[in-house]
Amino acid sequence: MSQATLRVQKISAHAGSVPGQDTQRESTVCKLIDTTTCIGCKACEVACMEWNDLPFGETVFDNTYQTMPDTRWNYWNLIRFNEHETDNGLMWLMRKDQCMHCAEPGCLAACPSDGAIVQYTNGIVDFQQDKCIGCGYCITGCPFNIPKFNPETKRVFKCTLCSDRVSEGLEPACIKSCPTGCLHFGTKEDMKDLAEQRAKQLRDHSNFPKAGVYDPAGVGGTGVIYVLHDASQPEIYGGLPSNPRVPWTVKLWKGPLKWLGNAAMIGGLIGLFVHYLRFGPKTREEEFEIKHEGKQP
Amino acid sequence: MSSREQVLPYGRILRYQFHERLTHWISAFAYIYCMLTGLAFWSPWLFWLAILMGGGQVSRMLHPWFGVIFAGAVLYLYLMWAAQMHTTETDKAWWRSLRYYVRNEDEKMPPAGRYNGGQKLLFWGFVIFALLLLLSGAVMWFPEWIPLSLRFLLKLAILVHVSSALLTIGLFMIHIYMSVFAERGAFGSVIRGDVSREFAERYHPAWYEEVVGARATRRK
Repeated sequence: MSQATLRVQKISAHAGSVPGQDTQRESTVCKLIDTTTCIGCKACEVACMEWNDLPFGETVFDNTYQTMPDTRWNYWNLIRFNEHETDNGLMWLMRKDQCMHCAEPGCLAACPSDGAIVQYTNGIVDFQQDKCIGCGYCITGCPFNIPKFNPETKRVFKCTLCSDRVSEGLEPACIKSCPTGCLHFGTKEDMKDLAEQRAKQLRDHSNFPKAGVYDPAGVGGTGVIYVLHDASQPEIYGGLPSNPRVPWTVKLWKGPLKWLGNAAMIGGLIGLFVHYLRFGPKTREEEFEIKHEGKQP
Repeated sequence: MSSREQVLPYGRILRYQFHERLTHWISAFAYIYCMLTGLAFWSPWLFWLAILMGGGQVSRMLHPWFGVIFAGAVLYLYLMWAAQMHTTETDKAWWRSLRYYVRNEDEKMPPAGRYNGGQKLLFWGFVIFALLLLLSGAVMWFPEWIPLSLRFLLKLAILVHVSSALLTIGLFMIHIYMSVFAERGAFGSVIRGDVSREFAERYHPAWYEEVVGARATRRK
């Protein structure tokens, strides 16, 4: 939420170019989550609340180890606990769920408020709550169901990838707190290398032939990537979409519909103006007035 | 109201009663507010409209309330006017002669009643789109209440809302053009309520006949 030392590369609902775009090269940052070494300790959940100073909310018990069913406006980081049946018995899949920081963010595309959502050149997608108008359009744009609405302040919140820490050269709070080393933070390139190495290790040495890296191309890749035991079915990790995309409704509305609508409105105004120039008013009321001046019916 | 009361001194004829005029203007102001703030949400190039209307947050907060006022006013317009808005054979003939109307050759038009075919289309357009805008707007008003399983409703509602709003803007532009610029005297009729005999005779001959003709018969 601090942009003091961060350079912006994309701005929601912004007319015109992005100031300072491409003036400096910055490496894209990335969080790597190795689900195969997560032990579900929830240290990252606590660290997230602590660092971001989020108010305490009641947890919800629904017969799992999961803190609550879903992330909240004041709970940005949630480990999803999934019991998955396989031929060799039960697997306990734990996935840290938070904003994925898409390269092509659907939330930013859908947002109508100038500058309420920005993407920094380091890839972090950040909400600027002072400019948020609370319309909830970002909620429809996100394929991961991440932006959450605070009904009291009428603003939307989500994980910032600790942009305030990252801008000062620190890793996000969740990374710092992880005791098993399942969380890594660095440049996108390095994290992808590391993830691929780990996936290869899992395939070659740990009997997970389908192990792989989750970095979905449908949203241009993400700033948070996963190593999964079974990359062929990400859905088993608490509903991770196998091919996330910006919804077609948002693409239609912000694409062809927008151009069609703008062309029709401008064309209509020009058409009416030209019609008036060509044909003018049907009659002049003054003509009627003169005839009846002072005449009683 | 009998047609006798509609004939006013100085060759004027009452076209819109007070409650018709008031409802029209309530719906008009509510619509214009919604249109301006809606356009701000529609395009980044028009977001300055929201700043002008008190800021993005205020616009977001008031847009749905003005929408409810608009829908309420349109409902009242519907109750007042729907009975007069059924399509007749004259209206069909009116649409077939549209080219004369566009070229201001009104003497070649079939004799319209109180409303011509175009006005009826405007009326039904606004009634239907107001309903669609109200229904889709209700879904969009409280996005936090829509559970994930019904999220598609929110996505569809935005498309319906945007498309309906664009179509009403088309109707609105033609309405303003006709009533303010093309048919001089029409704007005054919805402010003061009356039109000149010539206006009535030229644009709504059948209605003129109904109002003035009846009176003439009664006097005999």
